[in-house]
Amino acid sequence: MAARTRYAPDRGLTLRMTATMFLLGLVFVAFVVAIIGIGAAYHASDAAIVLFAVVLGGGFAIGSLFYSDKIALKTAGGREVGPNDREYGEYARLLHGTVDRLCALADMKKPRVAIARTRLPNAFATGRNADHAVLCVTTGLMDLLTPEELEGVIAHEMSHVAHKDVQVMTAASFLAIIAALLIRIAFYGELFGGGRGRGGNNQNAGIIMLALMAVSIVVYAVSFLLIRMLSRYRELAADRSGALLTGQPSALKSALIKVTGDMSKIPTQDLRAAEPLNAFFFAPAMKLNAKASLSTVFSTHPTLKRRLAELDKIQQQLGRTAG
Amino acid sequence: MGFLDTLLGRTKPVQPKLDDLFALPSAAVTLEAGAGFKPTGSGSVCFRPVEGRSFADVQKDVQELLDVSSGKEGGLPVEVTKDSYGFNWLVSSHMSDELEALVTDLHAVNTSLVDNGFGPQLLCTLVAFRDDQERRLGLIYLYKRGTFYPFAPLSGERRDNALELQVKGVIGSDLKFEQDLSRWFPVWGAPGL
Repeated sequence: MAARTRYAPDRGLTLRMTATMFLLGLVFVAFVVAIIGIGAAYHASDAAIVLFAVVLGGGFAIGSLFYSDKIALKTAGGREVGPNDREYGEYARLLHGTVDRLCALADMKKPRVAIARTRLPNAFATGRNADHAVLCVTTGLMDLLTPEELEGVIAHEMSHVAHKDVQVMTAASFLAIIAALLIRIAFYGELFGGGRGRGGNNQNAGIIMLALMAVSIVVYAVSFLLIRMLSRYRELAADRSGALLTGQPSALKSALIKVTGDMSKIPTQDLRAAEPLNAFFFAPAMKLNAKASLSTVFSTHPTLKRRLAELDKIQQQLGRTAG
Repeated sequence: MGFLDTLLGRTKPVQPKLDDLFALPSAAVTLEAGAGFKPTGSGSVCFRPVEGRSFADVQKDVQELLDVSSGKEGGLPVEVTKDSYGFNWLVSSHMSDELEALVTDLHAVNTSLVDNGFGPQLLCTLVAFRDDQERRLGLIYLYKRGTFYPFAPLSGERRDNALELQVKGVIGSDLKFEQDLSRWFPVWGAPGL
């Protein structure tokens, strides 16, 4: 059956995301080449350090991947709820009903559903794969939004699950984790490395450490920017899929405006407590006070203006009269 | 979703599977013989409306089409209701022995939406049954999976799981049944049930 479809893929977004990931891959290759180069130039006596960093970094990445759902829930103070939860009553019922329908519409496995009691309006989805996905919504968000707007936010979060964003971002962060570890190891190596007692090798070891540190710092800085860029593209992709799923880009738009508008009114105590989860949040709680252009480069989420503009495009696409 | 789609954060809207709906009339015979449930003659299609003129036009056309077909036989006009989750239900009512006509109506709604490119908006279709003790039972067809499951609401948002499992036992082999119980999602207060 050749069904007509109204949904044109966003080639621009695909292209930008591919370019970002290609650059990230390029940095990775350059990093490996630089380390091999350093090792070869100065008799690879310190290869063990690099190996150690890779193993430790891999351990961190896999650990955070496996425990992402538990860690995120704990940090946000969320608790998994059933549809007839006593404490959350109407909240739990509405949330489960909305998630049920969206799962049936998108043919997705239902994620576990959690609620966090806080006035900070937000939502996040995490977990290493669809089987372990957990969707958490704060009571503040449910108080603030109408059911349609809430549905838009949940569709956005479920798109993150469908796109396997936790896996993709963990893989993308792997390089930065290793680079950060190497910076630290090289720094302490530089401090204490002199006491290795291998006589003439001492000076060489010092140079290796310095070179290693320099390369790692550059790699860390570049990959950090690329990861942030990738994160923003993933947000736009989730906005897009979510809006297409519900067929109501306007509901998501008004939810975004409400949530980001109210963010600044919430006391800073809450904001700081919520900061580590920013990468998974629907809209980040922390506002950078740096210049606008700088904060755009460093932020995990695209600007509100950008997100609204993209949703406008989808709205026009959906509203096109038949033909 | 393929590896590349995951990498690029793309989801293609899921197209509905429509054909299995026509297995319903024969399964209804088995259901009546095996469990004593008869069709009430009403059924509904649940879909997610899309904002904008285009979808509103299609919905109006569908409604007119069904009104014309039921008007000829002296039936009731179709009703459109919006539920609390923002989904629309298009309810078609026939006589209890006209299950074939009902399924044809429901299918007409499906094809109109799909032909106009709104196939991904279809959520489920529901056909209502009742037994001699006035127990309510809905057979729900999930478009995206092409499977059926039973929904038996009791008062106060509880469901009669024993009855639902009994129904699965009776007609489980006649229809493509949803095997994953976690997908038997409830539709409380569904119009037409």
